[in-house]
Amino acid sequence: MAGIVGYGSYVPRYRITVEEIAKQWGKDAVSIKNGLLVNEKTVPGMDEDTITISVQAAKYAVQRAGIDPKEIGAVYIGSESHPYAVKPSGTILIDALGIGPDVHVSDFEFACKAGTEAMYVAYSHVKAGNMDYAMGIGADTSQGAPGDALEFTASAGGSAFIMGKEHVVAEIEHTYSYTSDTADFWRREGRMYPKHGGRFTGEPAYFRHVVSAGQGMMEQAGMKAEDFSYAVFHMPNGKFPLRAGKRLGFTKKQIEPGWIVPWIGNTYSGASPTGLSATLDVAKPGDRILVVSFGSGAGSDAFVFRVTDEIEKIRNLAPGFKSMMDDHKIYLTYGEYAKFRGKIQLND
Amino acid sequence: MREVAIVGIGMTPFGELWQDSLRNLFAKAALAAIDDAGVDHIDGMYIGAMSTGLFVGQEHIASLMADYLGMPGVPAAHVESACASGGIAVRQAFFEVASGAGEIILAGGVEKMNDGADTTYVLATAADQEYEAFHGVTFPGLYAMIARAHIHKYGTTREQLADVAVKNHENGFKNPNAQFRMKIDRETVMNSTMVADPLRLLDCSPVTDGAAAVIVASMDVAKKLARPYVKIKASAMATDSLALHSRKDLAALPAVQKAAERAYKQAGVTPDKIDVMEVHDCFTIAELVVMEELGLVERGKAGAAVSAGMTRLGGKIPVNTSGGLKSKGHPVGATGVAQVIEIVEQLRGAAGDRQVANAGLGLTQNMGGSGGSCVIHILEAMS
Amino acid sequence: MIVPRYTREIPQRYRLEAGKCKKCGYLAFPPRVVCPECGNRRFVTVRLKPAGTILTYTVIHVAEDNFAAETPFAVGVVETDDGARLTAQIVDCKPEEIEIGKRVNLILRRIRKEGHAGILQYGYKAVLQR
Repeated sequence: MAGIVGYGSYVPRYRITVEEIAKQWGKDAVSIKNGLLVNEKTVPGMDEDTITISVQAAKYAVQRAGIDPKEIGAVYIGSESHPYAVKPSGTILIDALGIGPDVHVSDFEFACKAGTEAMYVAYSHVKAGNMDYAMGIGADTSQGAPGDALEFTASAGGSAFIMGKEHVVAEIEHTYSYTSDTADFWRREGRMYPKHGGRFTGEPAYFRHVVSAGQGMMEQAGMKAEDFSYAVFHMPNGKFPLRAGKRLGFTKKQIEPGWIVPWIGNTYSGASPTGLSATLDVAKPGDRILVVSFGSGAGSDAFVFRVTDEIEKIRNLAPGFKSMMDDHKIYLTYGEYAKFRGKIQLND
Repeated sequence: MREVAIVGIGMTPFGELWQDSLRNLFAKAALAAIDDAGVDHIDGMYIGAMSTGLFVGQEHIASLMADYLGMPGVPAAHVESACASGGIAVRQAFFEVASGAGEIILAGGVEKMNDGADTTYVLATAADQEYEAFHGVTFPGLYAMIARAHIHKYGTTREQLADVAVKNHENGFKNPNAQFRMKIDRETVMNSTMVADPLRLLDCSPVTDGAAAVIVASMDVAKKLARPYVKIKASAMATDSLALHSRKDLAALPAVQKAAERAYKQAGVTPDKIDVMEVHDCFTIAELVVMEELGLVERGKAGAAVSAGMTRLGGKIPVNTSGGLKSKGHPVGATGVAQVIEIVEQLRGAAGDRQVANAGLGLTQNMGGSGGSCVIHILEAMS
Repeated sequence: MIVPRYTREIPQRYRLEAGKCKKCGYLAFPPRVVCPECGNRRFVTVRLKPAGTILTYTVIHVAEDNFAAETPFAVGVVETDDGARLTAQIVDCKPEEIEIGKRVNLILRRIRKEGHAGILQYGYKAVLQR
């Protein structure tokens, strides 16, 4: 059965706390932290972007998969912060990893769902027998406008998954998608920051799609929440995934290993893939994991994974997510953060 | 090869010369040298300049200079070896005269650095563009890495680096052509703005406009002119990898050592016979490493020697009596020629307050890039 | 427009491709047509180990305009574990953490931007091994 044969994640070292951002705008950090269940978020270094994050995550995935990169037949990067408006991100990645040139490459965009889209298409290729291996990546260096609520959560990071049929560490047993035209969050061409519908992003957007996809997935698979050891729901903040999980019958314990948003923020296209990666770091053979992503606009992709014995062999071949999340952090002031994110107008 | 003399010298003051264009700077220095030699013509000229194209958007400068010197028709060529361009111009003139192809050749150097260009960017083109400059390394950065390696390997101190600048400013204070005629102390150097750690602003030579020219001629011509002249006893050059990282020892400048070995051999002298030297102190660390490569001191001992006053005026071997690149200024293409001018003045006994008593033998050491090229001349007084 | 020469250097910048002298084993990075050690002209392409040691470094406070927004930043000479040497920025650390002899990994980062509208240029940088 087709599934994940290698996975890897990467988040930048830099962090900014909710307190630091709140101070800048005269807001109350305690109430924001209680509202969002987010303490701090990652910030990309001045030399980091979706491409460099994807490359690092992909290198770890190849390391874990133990395959020759040349065997990878397709590479898809899902992001809403591709550094170029026109020119692919994936071409840089394949040349950096030594994949191809006989490889199919494409960049995906579907707000925060682009990562699971990339995984879905990579998986479909392998399942259909088009190729032995395909890689799907979700990564972002997301932008929140200064002073906007998004500024507390919009962060950077990503994860890469190599799909294959041999030495699979997490089989994909079922997939399901739920999509509708719902403009809860968008960014027009040429605009630097996204706009969003405020509370409209909640019930009609996030919850409708995530819960529907979760229900649809479990119905299709004939499974219940108790059948899963773990679940990952897209994490725009700390609260939403817990609430969506609760509605679908999941406990906090099932969600916790992949509930990384309090310490890294919302990595957008990287969010649910990285939640999965963090979960795979602790999962045991036989565990089932439900993943439901969400992308504004809007849609959700759902997957049912079954972890295999192979996981133990590859887990330690690349850095685990927890150490990346917890160690060697460099905290930024708001001024440094503004410089890093290009929010200061330079005279160039 | 026949013997060759320097019969005339001329230079503009060094500094921020806002009113002078590239062409006028050169013409002024060249005319001064021609007048000083008392010649009525030249057979050709070589012009050293690092990057007139990037500094002022002008290439094909040799013809332009011949034209503005009022000598259209004279053979002229531009030579380039980054900051060693001026020294190379002198060397080319030396060869043309030594070979007998020419009798009177002008060797000049010019750079117009204060004309709106991104100087840091232009200078970095003398480094390996794709493998050094690409990564944001600046020239101060390259020498800072040499300094860090030297400090690490030999225990050279921050104070010793500062003492190079202090000494050179002491000399430059006495030089009417110097850009920064001011004395500075150790603390001022060590508290100046950080440029590339551990090098601070006053460890670095300034951004300078200026031109310098010398008239190189055969001994026959020199004798006929009946003016003070000096003999070029050696003209030697060596190259090295352009990229600093390709060198085995990062605390050394092997091109200097190689060129020095060749120059001493040509001149039949040992370093202790030299009375005065002008060396390429583009950064304080450069003067220390160059002293070691020239054999003035053992490796790792230059810092202590400078702090002990060995290279001050009146010391065992005065170095950079002109003020060096540090105080006199560093219009890159002109520097190598200006170094020769200082030594000629010393050997003529015409260096005024900066005069080294009984100077009979002098040396100039001019370096390109982070040590990718080095040209050395040894000059001898003729009475 | 620097696209042609940028494209030419991609194998070195993105994946550290070097030339290994078939005669004496000298590692030429970037690849050369003649070995500076033995004069041999035949090389085989190899990928450098993406880890090494800092031989020297500086922290640049005054940069060319292209890098002005990034100052201060550290640059060092790194010797890779297979013995090649290169210049690279040292990132993701405080300048005072850097020392000669410290171990680094070479990773892909954006090195520079060609103005506001030109291409983004990527290549290796060093990060301290933790």
